Amino acid sequence: MNKHLLSIEDLSKSDAIQILDTAEEIARISDGPVKKLPTLRGRTIVNLFFEDSTRTRISFEAAAKRLSADVINFSAKGSSLSKGESLKDTALTLQAMGADAVVIRHGSSGAPARLADQSWMKGSVINAGDGTHEHPSQALLDSFTLRRHLRESAGDLSGIKVAIVGDILHSRVARSNVLLLKKLGAEVTLVAPHTLLPFGIDQWPVNISYDFDDVLPHVDAVMMLRVQRERMSELFFPSEREYSRGFGLTKERLDRMPKGAVVMHPGPMNRGLEISAEAADAVNSVIVEQVTNGVTVRMAILYLLLGGMSA
Amino acid sequence: MERFHVTKAKDLRGKACELKFEGERIVTEFSSTDKVTVIDAGGSTLIPGLVDLHTHLREPGREDAETVLTGSLAAVAGGFTAISAMPNTAPVADTAGVVEQVFRLGQSHGLCDVFPIGAVTEGQAGTTLAEIAAMHASEARVRIFSDDGHCVADPLVMRRALEYVKNFDGVIAQHAQDPRLTNGAQMNEGLVSSVIGLKGWPAVAEESIIARDVLLAEHVNSRVHICHVSTAGSVEIIRWAKARGIRVTAEVTPHHLLLTDELARGFNPIYKVNPPLRTEKDVVALREGVADGTIDIIATDHAPHPAESKECEWSAASFGMTGLETALSVSYQALVATKTTSFEKLISLMSSNPAAIGKYEGHGSLKAGSYANFALVDLDAEWTVEPTAMRSKSKNTPFANYVLPVKVNQTYFKGNRVFSGGVK
Repeated sequence: MNKHLLSIEDLSKSDAIQILDTAEEIARISDGPVKKLPTLRGRTIVNLFFEDSTRTRISFEAAAKRLSADVINFSAKGSSLSKGESLKDTALTLQAMGADAVVIRHGSSGAPARLADQSWMKGSVINAGDGTHEHPSQALLDSFTLRRHLRESAGDLSGIKVAIVGDILHSRVARSNVLLLKKLGAEVTLVAPHTLLPFGIDQWPVNISYDFDDVLPHVDAVMMLRVQRERMSELFFPSEREYSRGFGLTKERLDRMPKGAVVMHPGPMNRGLEISAEAADAVNSVIVEQVTNGVTVRMAILYLLLGGMSA
Repeated sequence: MERFHVTKAKDLRGKACELKFEGERIVTEFSSTDKVTVIDAGGSTLIPGLVDLHTHLREPGREDAETVLTGSLAAVAGGFTAISAMPNTAPVADTAGVVEQVFRLGQSHGLCDVFPIGAVTEGQAGTTLAEIAAMHASEARVRIFSDDGHCVADPLVMRRALEYVKNFDGVIAQHAQDPRLTNGAQMNEGLVSSVIGLKGWPAVAEESIIARDVLLAEHVNSRVHICHVSTAGSVEIIRWAKARGIRVTAEVTPHHLLLTDELARGFNPIYKVNPPLRTEKDVVALREGVADGTIDIIATDHAPHPAESKECEWSAASFGMTGLETALSVSYQALVATKTTSFEKLISLMSSNPAAIGKYEGHGSLKAGSYANFALVDLDAEWTVEPTAMRSKSKNTPFANYVLPVKVNQTYFKGNRVFSGGVK
């Protein structure tokens, strides 16, 4: 496996399946009385968060701690980062402190790739979301969740039909999911108004639809994406109500989903905008489970990236 | 007066040739046979000194990135004997005072001519015309006006500027970029930007401004020059405009003739430039535009930046690449090595054609009466680009470690040797 996890492109199909299988293994152990594993004892993992993201940071922190690693949280607010320290100097500082891995969340696409630059850092870099580029650990936990529900926790996702609905243009979750789902053999349909699809989407290996109702009866899973309210002022859609009518997972649409199909959302949700309360809390909603699986899958990622290396 | 006789040189077609000059001008025959110094070219190819219409020298204001002196040193190392300083300095070159300062710095260094380009609008803000006539009447004799780095986006301001420079047959050099369509843009809008999640700079933002400006130039019968054309659609519009008789000229940069947006995939902002690197299709169209005369000149858009402006995440990085020292080699690679144009044509794209657009008298020619501005180059030599070995103060070249054809051995400006890189 690659030393860094910057993009789903860094993983082969067998790498991805190995992560999912390892996560299953970890999940089984975690169900036992002792949740903590000694695997990464003495290793230091830095959570470097340039953007506020409590859930992802806590998830990585929990994952690292359950593997007995030392965790340092470094967030932009109130630190040298907010005083204009460059990414390079931050990297050199973390390198000097002996970080074995850096989990980075950054508002600029490609910032983790810059951090992984040889001359800056020697440790592993894990992308925890960069700009509108990728969020690989989210895609891995989503596939893990899908596999549990639809493929009995084994193998790939071939033949599974997944609709990703909403602001594809600005979504790093969508980009990582498209790459991983295709790698694992799933069929992906993107559903969004044309303004929220990137230019060049016609060359992606996916189906495109502007009609959610048309797609809904044929899905095994829908992934609802968060829609940021400020997009409205940038002319991406006329009003929240119009968006919700066309692309929200309403109660009516929930009822029209095939039996066994699951509802997913990476969080945080805008209840009433892209997803109704009924859909969020439905029996076939796996949104809370995604959060639980997040810790497990991130443990697997840290274990596989760091575990094989000498302390 | 000193007399020099360049012997054992080759001309642009590879035939044996020689050159005579007295003082700062080229002559057919010497006025006397006294004190003639022979310069043995050793089989090098003799080219007229190159002329760049698009150079960022950063002085005044950002002397940490480049100065008139270091930019001139880089220019002559690349075979240039005239460069044109873009006005986006601090303060902006929008008054006679600033353009004269830059012009005099160039004169005092004596390495090459530095012709300032004046701003079209005050502070390059796009709203009020700068004192264009005063800049033209100044010692700097400004003939080209541009808000480069910014587009003259307001159509009325553009119309007035085009009309106003007609008084002295000046030209407006437009940086064609619709600001509303490119707010926050980071790279070419296309497949690569969609996959890597960087905000796109669509081709139409360039093309729509060019379409508007050629029509404005036609309407007021003035001259417009299009800076750094980067898209296939722009080439088509300019081709149409020329066929219609509109007085439009166009430039392309060496990097847009060779590199594509695929390079952005690694997120290294050394490839971040404005206009952005486009697609293979655009590169092919630009080369075709050069071949059929739609594009008149090659200009470097030499844009030096200090290391910290590129050693960062992509969106925080500055736009721009250095180019003076690689322009001839990269253009040769893109055009001559691909058999798109002859070497002779390439040299006119980089010397006589830009000199004609800028009305740089005595430049871009080896005819008697012209300045003794020339370079001796080795067409058979290759060299490896090493950023640290560059004369420019900044090292932000996208061609690091490229092995490129054509080596500049010597450069002469007004009869004086101003660069010697590898005397045979």
